[in-house]
Amino acid sequence: MKVIINGTEKQLPENIETIEALLHHLQLQEKKAVVERNGDILVKEKHENEPVLDGDTIEIVHFVGGG
Amino acid sequence: MLQIGPYTFRSRLFLGTGKYRTAEVQEKAVQASETEVLTFAVRRMNIFDESQPDPFEKMDLSNYKLLPNTAGAKTAEEAVRIAKMANAAGMCDMVKVEVIGCDKTLLPDPVETLRASEQLLSEGFTVLTYTSDDVVLARKLQELGIHAIMPGAAPIGTGLGIINPYNLSHIIEQAQVPVIVDAGIGSPKDAVYAMELGADGILLNTAVSDANDPPKMAEAMKLAVQAGQLGFEAGRIEKKFYAKASSPTEGLSKV
Repeated sequence: MKVIINGTEKQLPENIETIEALLHHLQLQEKKAVVERNGDILVKEKHENEPVLDGDTIEIVHFVGGG
Repeated sequence: MLQIGPYTFRSRLFLGTGKYRTAEVQEKAVQASETEVLTFAVRRMNIFDESQPDPFEKMDLSNYKLLPNTAGAKTAEEAVRIAKMANAAGMCDMVKVEVIGCDKTLLPDPVETLRASEQLLSEGFTVLTYTSDDVVLARKLQELGIHAIMPGAAPIGTGLGIINPYNLSHIIEQAQVPVIVDAGIGSPKDAVYAMELGADGILLNTAVSDANDPPKMAEAMKLAVQAGQLGFEAGRIEKKFYAKASSPTEGLSKV
C-alpha cells in the first residue's frame, strides 16, 4: 500500500494495518510522536485501533528546540 | 509568584530550547537558569533517519512546564493546527501563539495572531500570545481573555534589547494578566530593564544559546530577572536635576 508520510510517498508492507503498527515499522513506538492522518490528529490511545489505508496522508511530528 | 492561567511559577525566566551547540550545553544552561518553563517548536520527524536524534533524550522534562510554540505558522489556521498537535503529545495545555507576518523582521501578523488566540481560547487552551509592542493589540488580546501577553522587546534573535520602552510601559500599565517580555533580549541589562518597567517575566533563547558561555549567561539572566523584579518591587527613586548630598552637610570637622 502507498501512503504519504511527512510529504514523501512511501510503500508500506501489507501487514501494517494500524497507526500503532506503522509507528513500530518506523521504530518510533518509544518516541513522543504525534500522528495526524488525513488532517485528523490521533491521540496515542487511539493508535492501536486507527487503521492505515492506501492513499492516506500521514504527518508525524514531535517537539524540537525552539524559542 | 507568577500565575499564568492555572499554573504558578517561582521563576520568572522562561527559556527557549533552540540553537544550542550541543545537548550537554543546553542541559547545563537550563539548569543554571533555574527556569520552570521551556519552550519548544513542533516539526515533522525525520522518519527516514533511523538514528532519530532527540535533543531532549537525556533531560527529565517532567521537571518543567512545556510551552510549545506555533512558530512556522503564517495563518491562524496553521497556528491552531500546530497547537493541537502539540497538545496531543499530552504534555501540557499551554501554548505560545506565534504567527509570523514578515519574513525580514519576523514580526507577528496582528490579525492572524488575534484570530488564532481567539480560537485556541475557545478550545480550552492556556494561551500566551507573542505580539509586537502594539499597545492597542495587546489590549484587544487581553479582552479576548488570553492568559499572558508576550510583547517582543525587539525582533526575534536580534538582541537589540527594548527598542520601545514607552510602548512596553503602556502595555504593562494596562495589563490585567501577566506580561512576559519575549524576543529581542540581548544581555542581562535588557532583562533587568524589562523587569524594572514592571514586566512579570522574560522569555529568551538566543541571548543564552548563542552566548560564548551559555550556562554562565543563563545564570546571569536568572540573576538579572531577580534583580529587576526586586528593584521594581522596591521602587526606584525619582530622577533629580540637581545633586543632593548623601553625607551630612552639618558637623564638618575643620582645621
